[in-house]
Amino acid sequence: MTITTGKKREKLDRLSELAARQDEQGVSVWQEAFRRLRRNPAAIVGAVIFALFVVVALVGPFLVPYSPTDTIGIREGLIRPGVIPGIDGDHWLGYDHQGRDEFSRLIVGARQTLLVGVVATLIGLAIGALIGGVAGTAAGLGGRWGRWIDSTLMRFIDMLLAMPSLLLAVSIAALLGPSLITVMIAVGVVSVPVFARLLRGSMISQSNSDYVLAATALGVKKSKIALTHVVPNSLAPVIVQATLTLATAIIEAAALSFLGLGNQNSAIPEWGVMLAEAQPYLGVRPGLAIYPAVAIIITALGFTLLGEAMREALDPKLRK
Amino acid sequence: MFRFIVRRLLQLIPTLFGLSVLLFIWLHRLPGGPETAILGERGTPEMRAQIRRNLGLDEPILVQYARFLRRMIKLDLGTSTSTKRAVTTEFVERFPGTVELTIMAMVLAIGIGIPLGYLAARRRGRLLDHASVGGSLIGICIPVFFLAYVLKAIFSEHFHWFPSSGRQDPTIGATRVTNFFLLDGLMTREWDAAADALWHLVLPGIALASIPLAIIVRITRASVLEVLGEDFVRTAEAKGLTENTVRRRHVLRNAMLPVATSIGLLTGGLLSGAVLTETVFAFSGIGAFVAEAIGQRDYPVLMGFIMIIAVVYVLVNLIVDLSYSVIDPRVRVR
Repeated sequence: MTITTGKKREKLDRLSELAARQDEQGVSVWQEAFRRLRRNPAAIVGAVIFALFVVVALVGPFLVPYSPTDTIGIREGLIRPGVIPGIDGDHWLGYDHQGRDEFSRLIVGARQTLLVGVVATLIGLAIGALIGGVAGTAAGLGGRWGRWIDSTLMRFIDMLLAMPSLLLAVSIAALLGPSLITVMIAVGVVSVPVFARLLRGSMISQSNSDYVLAATALGVKKSKIALTHVVPNSLAPVIVQATLTLATAIIEAAALSFLGLGNQNSAIPEWGVMLAEAQPYLGVRPGLAIYPAVAIIITALGFTLLGEAMREALDPKLRK
Repeated sequence: MFRFIVRRLLQLIPTLFGLSVLLFIWLHRLPGGPETAILGERGTPEMRAQIRRNLGLDEPILVQYARFLRRMIKLDLGTSTSTKRAVTTEFVERFPGTVELTIMAMVLAIGIGIPLGYLAARRRGRLLDHASVGGSLIGICIPVFFLAYVLKAIFSEHFHWFPSSGRQDPTIGATRVTNFFLLDGLMTREWDAAADALWHLVLPGIALASIPLAIIVRITRASVLEVLGEDFVRTAEAKGLTENTVRRRHVLRNAMLPVATSIGLLTGGLLSGAVLTETVFAFSGIGAFVAEAIGQRDYPVLMGFIMIIAVVYVLVNLIVDLSYSVIDPRVRVR
């Protein structure tokens, strides 16, 4: 008995020595991830788009040549039925259907678009990761209570999933009235089950891996294994999902605006609303739909590129 | 296995019960009611009260709920307040369209997505990899309704290759058997009707497939990359197994778990109504109908629809869970 505990202590000591030495010489996972991130061209492109978008969203409204709400085109009699003037010298992207400067609206619109994406993703991530994390931990701990908590939470998630996302969004809009906040809540709530299922699934598959077995064999407490081993190793897919959600949130917000549930106040331009408003004028000036669509696509592309690169950089299995 | 399936199907009952209670409260809390949708703003209070009485909406919510339950047990979903037809009739007519569209989209997405994702992972860093990753990025980032409009403008209005709206050309006069137009055409051997129905599915199918395709490519690629780095793949290669065996039995099989999960989620999502695609292509499926039913406060349609979708979701999830144990024998169903 004493011999075995002695050996075990010896082994633990050796392990901790090894761990300590690695800390002295090496760099942290995040430092190394950042170093790899800088060498990845896709990450640079994504980061540049991301940075540009954030800068435009923050300072754009102060730099635009015209007010986004000034109906110059109508005042100057340029907008007639079936005629929306295109690009001219002073108006880089021409006018919209109400004679407002399209370029200025596009720049100012970045702010609302960013806000919708970030808030919606945070709502989904926070609620989803909480539910998924609790369910995954409970499933990992096992026992009757663990299984009960896990299956109850997952049934709840199934119910949320069973609610069609657009229907949920439309009914939220009916309750709160169409607005930007409605769109944020609707898009956020819709992404909750994805985060929850992803984190739980990832935690359960991690629980079956060898290092968890090793930690259990070394006598580490189950709750500690869940928190310090399983959760951090399960986060990578959640991070990827968050960046993807950031991109899709912007797109889904555009879809809700297309259905007439978005911001009704056209004094504050938003890309989704601009895209939706352009639909009746597709035959007259397709550009009015194409500019905001391209802006949405590029921004979503930037987020996705950056997220993908982050995942690759963080994943030790993909190290070269 | 059998016990697992039975237990999961029994779990449907509490799920449906919980969902119906939540929905009943949620729907009846929505401001306005069917009487506002029917009368508009002009109706007098007496007329409103009359309509509510006719629809049984003046009774306590518990009585209404009990009546709903009693009907549900008999599989009767009631009568739509906006179209005045039985909800089941409406669904039998419209749901097949959405199912056909979903199958079309998922066949495209899975058929192209898994091979493409696999090849991209095998040729990591080469042209095909960059092209498929780039393509899938753009696929995710294009708003579906914008893509639908672009497809319609180019391939239908400009080139006239594909029809721009509807599910089938009504002048063909096809026989209706199941309301699955493609299946009807095949069953009655009206080949032109079947071909026409398929033709109508192409553009909306592509628009609808864009996001699932992109997601399946990405997940397959990421998952295959992860498996390729595992020791057992190197061992299998070192043992001298043929490349085909390693590919099928070691790599693809282990990489399919996350792909199966996402396919299940995506299919369920598409079935619950491709509102945007159906709207752009005037495709008479369930999505656009239900979105309208919310505006009309058509409670029977909404309740019935969500009950059906809930059953579909549970079934899809059940199939996904069963597929886990087929793909990975270590995952045993209990």
